[in-house]
Formats: sequence, structure tokens, C-alpha cells
Amino acid sequence: MKFQKSTLENYLFILPAVVIFSIFYIYPFYETFNLSLHNWNGISASRVFVGLRNFKEVFFQDRHWWPAMGHAGYITLIALTFQNALALILAMACDRQIRLGKFYRLVFFIPPVLSEVVVALIWKWIFEPNYGLLNFWLANLGLHNLAREWLSRPETALSCVALIHSWKGFGWGFIILLAGLQTIPQQLYEAARVDGANSWRRFRHVTIPLMIPVFVLVSILTILGSMQAFVLVYQMTAATPALGTTVPVTRILNAMREVQPPRFGFACAQGVVFGLILVILSFLQLRLSKKMRQA
Amino acid sequence: MDSERLKYQFRNFSIGSLLNLFLLLVAASCLFPLFWTFSTSLKTQSQVFSDMSLIPKAFHWENYYLAWTEGSFGVYFLNSVLYTICTVIGIVLVSSLAAYAFSRLKFPGRNLFFFMFLAAMMIPLPGSFVPLYIVMKKLHLLNTPQGYVLCMINVGLSLSIFLLKTFFDKMPTDLEDAARIDGCSKLGIWWNVALPLARPALAVIVIFNSLTVWNEYILALIIFDDTRFMPLQVGLSTFHGEFVTQYPLLMAGIIITVIPILLIYILLQKHIVKGLTAGAVVG
Repeated sequence: MKFQKSTLENYLFILPAVVIFSIFYIYPFYETFNLSLHNWNGISASRVFVGLRNFKEVFFQDRHWWPAMGHAGYITLIALTFQNALALILAMACDRQIRLGKFYRLVFFIPPVLSEVVVALIWKWIFEPNYGLLNFWLANLGLHNLAREWLSRPETALSCVALIHSWKGFGWGFIILLAGLQTIPQQLYEAARVDGANSWRRFRHVTIPLMIPVFVLVSILTILGSMQAFVLVYQMTAATPALGTTVPVTRILNAMREVQPPRFGFACAQGVVFGLILVILSFLQLRLSKKMRQA
Repeated sequence: MDSERLKYQFRNFSIGSLLNLFLLLVAASCLFPLFWTFSTSLKTQSQVFSDMSLIPKAFHWENYYLAWTEGSFGVYFLNSVLYTICTVIGIVLVSSLAAYAFSRLKFPGRNLFFFMFLAAMMIPLPGSFVPLYIVMKKLHLLNTPQGYVLCMINVGLSLSIFLLKTFFDKMPTDLEDAARIDGCSKLGIWWNVALPLARPALAVIVIFNSLTVWNEYILALIIFDDTRFMPLQVGLSTFHGEFVTQYPLLMAGIIITVIPILLIYILLQKHIVKGLTAGAVVG
């Protein structure tokens, strides 16, 4: 009897966490799957069971879904290449004892601590076609013909957003890669130097193999973060199909908030498909890295 | 031989200075947009469209007063402060109770429950804000500060429990044992012994979650219709959308939003980087 009372008391410690978690995470999680099999406008009392029809629509009929995935994929690709290469170069530079090293560490992480809304609004102002700083400077440099409406033309809008996304994100990669580089024992470099390896070979045969787990981590974080990018795209370009700047999250919000009547079931089906794609991507990434380490 | 060495030194030197130049350029790209925002916030609306100078000729500090009052950024600021404080207190209490139980107390299903919180960090499900909206509506929490705070407590819960449990696991139990022998209750030990000892981990959790709540946008967008309740991030975006944008006031609003974050970041850089990277690595 005493044991039971004490066990009960122990459960009380996790009770608040479990209650909040059940209401705001587990139930919505379950409901996402459940609703994805129904048609519902969020208001009427009855939901119509439609089986997998919402999923069929996401995969085969919706004109906007796969382009949106493509746009997110493009942003991700830029982040994986440009952003992470930049982060690696900067991390390798700061790994040595250089002047202003602490200053750089402080400054490179400023964009990540700013909110996406703030970053979007600041850059939107710089990109502003008539009074923005970018076009003004281009004109001053005599490059009038390069000045354009950066964020309201389909040719440039998505690339500008991808660039700013990378600007906001490279600090993450920088910090994580730098931490990884600093765990590599200096003796390994010394030994390679004694064996006559030049700096490229030291990089190729010491740094890269030891950093593979860190590269994988950074890549997974980049993929998950960039595929879900939303606020920047939405704030900078309003994420319209005409501009070619829709992303999966804006499609989900569109079905939930902007379509009349709202299509909650369809929004959930999109959410399920998107969530699965993200999970599959990060598993593939992990698998690939294991193979690379064995090779 | 000598010329060889000279050549080598020259090459090293030029690579070094190129690298330094590059680092400085990137650092400038991080700082300049904020500087330009600040500069714009001190101009008048007409100067904004005519005078592109980096340092304005006259400093119109009254823009900050106008942004605070007419731009409602004062209201948004206080809302953000309130939500941040309430959420962080909630997270600290709820997550430390749970983490303490997961680390110290025995009960059936302990690992299962802990795994449940852990799994939540691994699975991204952006679609779940649809049902979240429905739950909030059912519980009459839409458009209420307490609804938003509860939601944000949930957002920070998993990572905080994880970080605190890891910390408790490494912490020696001597003091807690002594307190137990002295007849202290479990709750008393948690509050009087475990929490004070966990201060370093709590600092990371407080700072990390403050940043998250302060910068959060999407849930606030979904939950609040009423401008009275909006936090800064939503306030900024609605201000931008209305009529002709008052750029100086918008930029002043951005600076008002950014200053607390920058101050905390500069003062507590180590904790923030630790918290954010832990958050990223686990999440």
C-alpha cells in the first residue's frame, strides 16, 4: 500500500508535462493523421470520410504541391552548397589562431539570433525597387541595367530569398563545424606534416574523414531547416504561385486559412506527406554517412 | 633558396590577407543591415525616399516615441515580455519536475514516457498546426494570452526535459540523500536541493527558451486575431502590411524588437550558443 502511494506521488512529478504534451502535441499529432482521411471545413459538425482521396490529390492532382516542394528543394540546395561551404571556410579560418577570432565568433552568430520576421523586413527594405539601398548602389556604380524589382520578379524572387536564407543560417553551420574542428587533435596534423603532406592533403586525409559525422549533422539540420523555411519566403514575397515562391508550409497554411471554405483535411494530408518526406530524407542522409564512413 | 623562401612567405602572406579581407567582408554583411535599419529609423518618411546617406543629417529620435505609441510597438513589446516571462517560468517548473522524476524517481513506464518526449523532438510535423488550431478552438484558448503561453510551454518542453535530465543524471545525489534522511519530502528536495544545484542547466534553458518565444511567429499568427494581444513579431508584419509603410517607424519597431535580443546575446553568448546548438542537434 505504501509502495503504491509513493509511486502515485512520483507520477505527479511528470503529470503537468504529460498533460500539456498530450493536449498540444500528441492529440494534434494523432488528429493530423485522422483528419487527413476526412474532408472538413473546420466549422460544420460532420466530417466526411474520404479515405485516401486527399493524398491522391496531393500526389497527382494538386498543381501547386510539387512546384512548392521544388522551391523548398531549391532553397535547400543553395543552403547545402553555398551556405555550408561558406560556413566551412569561415570555421577553418577561425580554427587557427587569428586576429579578431572572438569578434568573428560573436558576429557570425548574430543573423541566427535575429527572428525571421526581422531578417525578412530588413532585407525587403534593402531590396526595395525604388528606394532600396541595393538598386541605389548599383545605379551609383553605373550598373543601372542590373537594378531590378528583385522580390517581385519570378526570375529573381526565389534566388534572393534563398540567398537571405543562407545568410541567416550560415552561423549555425559555422558554430557546429568550428566545434567539430576543435576536437581534431593537433598531433594528427603534425604527423601528416612530418610525413610530407601539403595543406590540401592534410585537409583531404585528416580533416575530411574526421569531420564526416559533423558534416552529416550539419547537412541534416540544413535540410530539415531549409525545407521548412516559411517566414522568410512569406514575408519577403508573399509566397504566390505566380512568383514561383510557394513552399510546402505556405500551401498547408493556404488550405487552412485562405481557401474558402477551409480545407482542413487536405491541409493535414499535405502535412503528413511533407512530414514523411522530411523523415525519409534525414534517414537517407544517416544511411549514406554510415556507408561513407565504412568506405 | 632564399628566393624560394621569400616566395613561400609572400604566398602565405597574400593568402592570409585575402582570408582576413574575406572574414571582414562577411562580418560586415552581418552587421551592416542592422546599421542601415538603425539609420533609416532616425530619418523622416520623406528623407527615407530621397536621402540615401548612411548617417542621417539629423537624428529624429521621436520616431521611437511614435513607433512605441502610434505604431503600438509599446503594446506589442509588453505582450512579448509577458509571454516570454510566463512561458519561461512555466517551462522551468514543468520540465524540471518531469526531468527530476525521470532522473531520480522510480515508477512503471518511466522510460516509455521519457522516450515519448524524446521522439517528439525528432519528428517534424508542420501540418500539426491545423489540429492544434482546432484543439485551441475547442478549449476556448484561441485569441487568448494563456492559450499562446500554454502552446509555447509545450514547444519548449521536450528539449528542456532532455537537457535537465542529462544534467541531473550527472549530478551527485549526496545532498539529496542527506535531505531525505533529514525528512525532507520529494517535492521539498526538488525545490530546495535539486533546482538550486541545477542552476547552470537552468540558465541555458531560460535563455534558449526566451529567444525562442521572443522570435516565435507562426503560432502567434495562427492564435491571435486581436491586435491587443499580438507579440512583436506579428505586430511588425501587420505594421508592414498596412497602407503606405511608415518606414522610419517600422525600422524603429525592428530596432525595438532586436535590442533586447542583441543585449542578451552579447552578454550571455556562451549560454546562448550552447543552448541553440543543443537545440539544433537534438531537435
